[in-house]
Amino acid sequence: MKSLAELKAIRDKMQGTIGLRAEDETATRVVVGMATCGIAAGARPVLTAFVNGVQEKKLSNVMVTQTGCIGLCKYEPIVEVIEPGKDKVTYVHVTPEKADEIIEKHLVNGQVVSEYIIK
Amino acid sequence: MMTELSLNVLDVAQNSVKAGAKLIEISVIADSHTDRLVITINDNGCGMSDEQVTKVTDPFFTTRTTREVGLGIPFFKLACETTGGAFEIKSKLDEGTLVKAEFVLSHIDRMPLGDMPATMLSLVTMNIDIDFVYRFRVNEKEFIMDTREFREVLEGIPFNTPEVSRYIKEYLEGNQTEVQGDIVI
Repeated sequence: MKSLAELKAIRDKMQGTIGLRAEDETATRVVVGMATCGIAAGARPVLTAFVNGVQEKKLSNVMVTQTGCIGLCKYEPIVEVIEPGKDKVTYVHVTPEKADEIIEKHLVNGQVVSEYIIK
Repeated sequence: MMTELSLNVLDVAQNSVKAGAKLIEISVIADSHTDRLVITINDNGCGMSDEQVTKVTDPFFTTRTTREVGLGIPFFKLACETTGGAFEIKSKLDEGTLVKAEFVLSHIDRMPLGDMPATMLSLVTMNIDIDFVYRFRVNEKEFIMDTREFREVLEGIPFNTPEVSRYIKEYLEGNQTEVQGDIVI
């Protein structure tokens, strides 16, 4: 069973580094729809894929968040990528595999994956 | 419909988040002797009026404005009633809401519990200002995760920090495996 002592060790290691994270205004936001419609269509593994991918690639300027229903239930799972100063990009019918591709192409290389955006 | 009960829990707990809860208590208790699986979600959010409580199990009632149906509670209710179980919602304005779903554990139509650690991890790391108490019990064994304990240790480091969320993930998965043993729920 994991102990709180382990968490204390993480805290001691992290203290002092926490201020280095990006401010919200300059960060790219990845917003996953997590209402009933999104969850039923498979949003939870999609959210997990984005969180893990962003952590693995150390994209400290990307924030993964969630939202409710945006009214396009038949296109769920829906993921919006919002970069400051750019138009919002809406990806539809997202899967964990598509999420990995979006991370690699869009979040890392800045290329919108046009075959997955809403038509 | 949801494919596993842990997704219903995630969905219903979002209502507690939207209700402005500061503390959300979730428990999953499986007992093979009484043949019951009981899931409760209890929050201290804004609560509902008596009139709203009577309407939430109606799929054509919703408070949202982006669509005209609200299926979260009806899905959860149906999932437990198809096993011969019982569903209950209690709520009081300004005090909070309790959702309790009781399933017949061995019933053929009971959906698998699914990935509860994934549900809890996304609730905790996506709502870093809310505290969660999660109790998971199978027969005589149980474990409790209380994020207030984590918060006290972390001294301001948020739950969505990669190192911290990895710890919480392993904490949830490790403890669940230990409690569950060979029993599949």
